[in-house]
Amino acid sequence: MVKLIEGIPIMRPYIDLDNQGYWDAVKNHKLVLQYCTKCNRFIHPPRPMCPTCRSQDTMEWKESSGKGILYSYVMFTSPKMAYPAYELPYAVVLVELEEGVRIVTNTHEIEPDEVQIGLPVEVMFEDLPDGQTVYRFKKREA
Amino acid sequence: MFDEYLARRYRTTTRPKKEHYLVKDSAAIVGIGATEFSKDSGRSELQMVCEAVKAAVDDAGLQMEEIDGFVRFEMDYTDEMHICSSLGIPKLTYFAECGWGGGASCSTIVHAAAAIAAGVAECIVCYRGMNEASGRRYGRIPGTPSIMTAPRDHFGSILPFGHCTPPGWVAMFASRYLHEFDATAEDLAWVSVVCREHANRNPNAIFYDRPLTVQECVEARMIIEPLRLYDCCVDTDGAVAIIVASAEKAKKLKQKPAYIVGATQGNATEGELMTSYYRPVISGLPEAWYTGQELWRVTGAIPSDVNVAQFYDAFSPLIPMQLEEYGFCDRGKGMDFCRGGDRIRLGGELPCNTSGSHLSEAYLHGMNLIAEAVRQIRGTSTAQVKNAELSLVTGGLGIPTSAILLRN
Ligand SMILES: [Zn+2]
Repeated sequence: MVKLIEGIPIMRPYIDLDNQGYWDAVKNHKLVLQYCTKCNRFIHPPRPMCPTCRSQDTMEWKESSGKGILYSYVMFTSPKMAYPAYELPYAVVLVELEEGVRIVTNTHEIEPDEVQIGLPVEVMFEDLPDGQTVYRFKKREA
Repeated sequence: MFDEYLARRYRTTTRPKKEHYLVKDSAAIVGIGATEFSKDSGRSELQMVCEAVKAAVDDAGLQMEEIDGFVRFEMDYTDEMHICSSLGIPKLTYFAECGWGGGASCSTIVHAAAAIAAGVAECIVCYRGMNEASGRRYGRIPGTPSIMTAPRDHFGSILPFGHCTPPGWVAMFASRYLHEFDATAEDLAWVSVVCREHANRNPNAIFYDRPLTVQECVEARMIIEPLRLYDCCVDTDGAVAIIVASAEKAKKLKQKPAYIVGATQGNATEGELMTSYYRPVISGLPEAWYTGQELWRVTGAIPSDVNVAQFYDAFSPLIPMQLEEYGFCDRGKGMDFCRGGDRIRLGGELPCNTSGSHLSEAYLHGMNLIAEAVRQIRGTSTAQVKNAELSLVTGGLGIPTSAILLRN
């Protein structure tokens, strides 16, 4: 799933000082999550400070196991409402990681009818011809 | 951070004294006006807004010169300066702008009522005008001429996954909601069918002469799974204007005033633009719950006091979800409330969306819902609830939102 259509540029994520660590790691084929060492809490999406203790100096990037389950999903089947750079159908899924936070992503080699809430998945990375690296999730043994 | 919300426990149940909540009964909606609702207006948004304002001024029995304030939506291509220039409104003493797309609908009334209660203005126009069907569509997909560029926040980090249009953003919540509460496409279809029944009584509705069955709903083409065609609102060209005036002034005008008992806004933590997927639960709408709790607190009303409701319905699952969040039923029971349609149609325990609303009348980002709530108070709706005394309207979901309670 998620086959690119040649010739249509892919939108790039918005990267700023608060989430740069996240995207730098993706570039190196690592999925990291913001972690507050004082609260022992993972935070996603990245924030400039820990929303629980409001510290700025207790936050670090911690590598995720990359494993999770499919928490929710949507399936794009109609060209009118879809992203023109991807072949239809494609799924956008919400993965709940073992660390307890959720991330939005796409699937890799999962058939549309296999995309179901509760499916065990794990992260994989792909370097695209345009120079950016993306992550998607594939099936894993539970 | 979500303890209050998850435990359904609001910070206080103490009702404010009159002097602490100045909005209550200080202002009323005195005029409503609209253009026709169509798929291709053939004219500018500015022209349509001016027509709607003119119609609302006439409806109220006001003089154009008496308008002294405007409240607009943040994402709108018209503004008070050019509207005043076109309509020959000599001066304004108050103007404001409300954020968050459709979440702004009842926010415009919050601002207008608060400004009036504070004595900043006396006669304020709230409006929305769009060529959304024929022209620029909100959230149009990237890569098309009206590109929605990557916003400068986390939202901009998930668009590249192809998660780029409003039905998709809401479908993610809907998918989980239907899963958690074991609801089917057929259950959901009842929401669209009841709205259509109401539209079939309303000659101004886009789907006035088009009946709809549950069967047609479940067989309709998929827009973005799990949302099918009739789960989505009807893109519309048109404009709606609502005039809010002081209660004192309202008494001297042409129409029966729809007094504003309460007008509230709500934000909840860990929010992202229509994609707040990171909260402990995503099968609910915390912003709506906060907005509702505050509305019940400041007005002293409770959900069972409400005679008729207009729930913001850009997509059908939002109605059962709001029935839960505004306290009309328990969590997870919204779908039961809608199944079969009897409780939400005219004659039911809570007639909902009596003009046909966004699903079947027109999608004017909540402003046509406010107009319908006013008609219910006046007794002029095409699906009139007998002796409607309290009329509820809610704002757009998945974003900071708003609600108002009107009385006769
Ligand atoms: Zn912390």
